[in-house]
Amino acid sequence: MNALLKHRLTWPVLALVLLLVLNQLFRSDFLSVRVQDGHLYGSLIDILRNGAPTILIALGMTLVIASRGIDLSVGAVAAIAGAVSCTYIYNSPDPTSLRTAAIGVSIAVVAGLALGLWNGFLVAVIGIQPIIATLVLMTAGRGLAQLVTDGQIISVSNDPYQAIGAGFFLGLPISILIAVAAFAVAGLLTRRTALGTLIEAVGINPVASRLAGLNARTITWTVYVFSGLCAAIAGLMISSNVTAADANNAGLYIEMDAILAVVIGGTSLAGGRYSLVGTLVGALIIQTLTTTVYTLGIPPEVTLVFKALVVIIVCLLQSSKARTLLGKRKRPLTEQAEVKVAV
Amino acid sequence: MSVLTRTPAPQGRTRISRLQGKARYAPTLATVGLFLAMFAAGAIMYPGFLSGQVFLNLLIDNTFLIVLAVGMTFVILTGGIDLSVGSVVALSMMIAAALLQAGWNPIAVIALVLLTGATFGLLMGLVIQVFEIQPFIVTLAGLFLARGLCYVISVDSITVTDPFFTAMAQARIPLTGNLFIAPGVVIALVVVAIAFYVLHQTRFGRTVYAIGGGESSALLMGLAVPRTKVLVYGISGLCSAIAGILFSFYSLSGYSLAATGLELDAIAAVVVGGTLLTGGYGYVLGSLAGVLILGIVQTFISYEGTLSSWWTRIVIGALLLAFILLQKLFSRKVKLT
Repeated sequence: MNALLKHRLTWPVLALVLLLVLNQLFRSDFLSVRVQDGHLYGSLIDILRNGAPTILIALGMTLVIASRGIDLSVGAVAAIAGAVSCTYIYNSPDPTSLRTAAIGVSIAVVAGLALGLWNGFLVAVIGIQPIIATLVLMTAGRGLAQLVTDGQIISVSNDPYQAIGAGFFLGLPISILIAVAAFAVAGLLTRRTALGTLIEAVGINPVASRLAGLNARTITWTVYVFSGLCAAIAGLMISSNVTAADANNAGLYIEMDAILAVVIGGTSLAGGRYSLVGTLVGALIIQTLTTTVYTLGIPPEVTLVFKALVVIIVCLLQSSKARTLLGKRKRPLTEQAEVKVAV
Repeated sequence: MSVLTRTPAPQGRTRISRLQGKARYAPTLATVGLFLAMFAAGAIMYPGFLSGQVFLNLLIDNTFLIVLAVGMTFVILTGGIDLSVGSVVALSMMIAAALLQAGWNPIAVIALVLLTGATFGLLMGLVIQVFEIQPFIVTLAGLFLARGLCYVISVDSITVTDPFFTAMAQARIPLTGNLFIAPGVVIALVVVAIAFYVLHQTRFGRTVYAIGGGESSALLMGLAVPRTKVLVYGISGLCSAIAGILFSFYSLSGYSLAATGLELDAIAAVVVGGTLLTGGYGYVLGSLAGVLILGIVQTFISYEGTLSSWWTRIVIGALLLAFILLQKLFSRKVKLT
């Protein structure tokens, strides 16, 4: 029992269950899932479907944060991915075919990889702090996306493309299947091989891990490329779901949601410790919170206030300082410093 | 342990520290040089660019960004970051617009807005300091909270019709010749002057630099590190509130989506202005030059009719990158000397 209470996933899962119960109390049909036209329908399915982009981006963000980095540019990368694929499909001679959709998606994926390479280059090779290095693309990225779409909202009507964000396969939304597949691949690659431990080692101490014989530079570079890839696929989902590329608003604030999901999931912002399952639960909590606000009839714009409160509470729970303040009072730092000087 | 009351006299300076002293000005001088070069390029390329009023318009159009950059300079000098400033600007505008609509006295409104902004910043600083949480995540929460509170006040835009605010929006202070400035420019420049005085002439200012240079060293020197770290976020919050009032003078409305992404502009201005993101080096006057460079980029794009507005963001991103790389070179050099 004690071990269960101390497990780092216990509290996030408990919070998720609580949120779901709260919703069920206010809307009795909340938890029911029904089959319609061969697809599953219901609020739970909606949460999964709308949460898929956040889940994917949070997945990439988890590994970046585990290496003691941060990627602020994911929202902009998502916007660029949606912009390039939609612009390609819109301008192609055959805008409804599967081939066009496939090429559009490939271009977006390549763009995401390239932007990830760029971020990784700035962080791993040039050695700029991650928050600043990715800030460059966060600032310029939406401009680039607008450059691609020429400032317009590009609408496309291509059925295969639309399937990515809004389609169903075997009764389940395709977007969530993609997200789950990405999770499975990332889980296998990092937890069934040594890669996850290596990323954590870099996160704990990049210099020490390099001296221990790890190729810290390549590992750091890889996590940013992976984050760029995740962001690009998420951008495809977002644009496909609304069948349009909106350079200004696609993926706006999604980097904040993703970071929030990662933090809720128990991954330390200081690097060196991560939990993919925790991130999944965290992302689901964020999406359920958004849905709860709708269910309770609170104006949806107020969601931001709730998110802010959740961030603050989670950070306080994670902060060792807050715990010591609640428990035994530690000696203040100044006192310790004085003692050292006196000696 | 004794507390340092004044910095030692600079008589015993070695050759190395003098070299560092010169190198310290390099990024800021590069900024000023870039600004002059851009202004000269504009004068050659466009007729009518070389006028005092074009320069003054840079100030008039960017008063709020100047004040924001001043607050951000304090925070970045200590090695922190404040992502909440854009949202606090929007919140200040919303509070001002809503209270003015309710018939409050404008002076009381301004006082309350400034108090709210400063309190908001101080609270974030307290959380950062007391609970030892990274400034980045705390101010991110602040960003969400302030933006959410805007929507709580009103989802729709509120127009300001108060006579004092409209008077401030339309007022022009004539200078020599046909030149003029807006009252907001005076306020912004006063804020810059006060910040300059505080950073370079007070013990608080020296502590800000000391924290950026090395927090534990500052602590061991007996400086008031915790108090200063909380106060810089309070200053940034206050500056955001002042910027919100200036933005209200400029736009005469309150809107929940106003000033989105303004925090990026403010950070970019500070970095382009030569302040090191790791803290410890930088000048508030450099940040002013940084804002002017962002402003002149915008002016260029409006003069060049064929370029679309999104080029502004791309150019700002590129400038940010260029200056970060310059800083990287510069900090390596300092290590070598």
